[in-house]
Amino acid sequence: MAETKANLKITKEGQVYVVEFEDRKILDELAITQIGEQLSELVASEPGIRLLLNFKNVEHLSSAALGMLITLEKQVKEERGRLKLSNIRPQIFEVFKITRLNRLFEIHDTAEAALQAF
Amino acid sequence: MAKRKADLPTTEVVIPSRLDAARTVEEDILREVEKHGYQPDAAFAIRLSLEEAITNAVKHGNANDPSKHIRIRYAIDGGKVEIHVADDGPGFDPRCVPDPTSPSRLSLPNGRGIMLMRAYMDEVTYNDKGNEIRLVKRKA
Repeated sequence: MAETKANLKITKEGQVYVVEFEDRKILDELAITQIGEQLSELVASEPGIRLLLNFKNVEHLSSAALGMLITLEKQVKEERGRLKLSNIRPQIFEVFKITRLNRLFEIHDTAEAALQAF
Repeated sequence: MAKRKADLPTTEVVIPSRLDAARTVEEDILREVEKHGYQPDAAFAIRLSLEEAITNAVKHGNANDPSKHIRIRYAIDGGKVEIHVADDGPGFDPRCVPDPTSPSRLSLPNGRGIMLMRAYMDEVTYNDKGNEIRLVKRKA
């Protein structure tokens, strides 16, 4: 059963929560704050969460969105959970590479590969 | 309201210092970029850099004060895109911004905007006061 709030589609694949961003652009500060709050609530409600963020729809992403992901990654760690990212298109992956955040996050080419790696 | 100066092919727009107010200008600029035949990679770079420049102007330059203003000037032709974003703030010294990729700063959630603009644009310069950024992207 999928749940959709604040431009996110959240489903569960086995033990893993899979989040898809509905928006093509994750640029807007207010939207980013809302997404961050919703993901933070999810992580807080599921100690030890296994969380996969699927970026297949995302075509644009700002440094504010990167900041939200970093904050989320910290929270997941604090909650002894695991976070993975997948389906990041090359243009967006370049943003991760430039900022060296590809070293901070575990990034997989596909959701299937990420799910298998949990 | 955008006005076109007679002596320069430059469009100037002054907007309230709010991110939502900047959306229309951003879309106008991106439409013009597309109209002049820039490749998707260039459009991606320009959208990202413009977003970062305006966010910095609103948040840091104007300290989230909606009574202040952002002035955006841009000139786009078949050879290059040049965009200036100015705020009402006191300015800053861009040389003093730390490297966000250093190990001690990699896990901090902010401080990457300027780095991304420098990576994606051909030229990124500031005025002497440090409250106006100039972004240039040349057609490949």
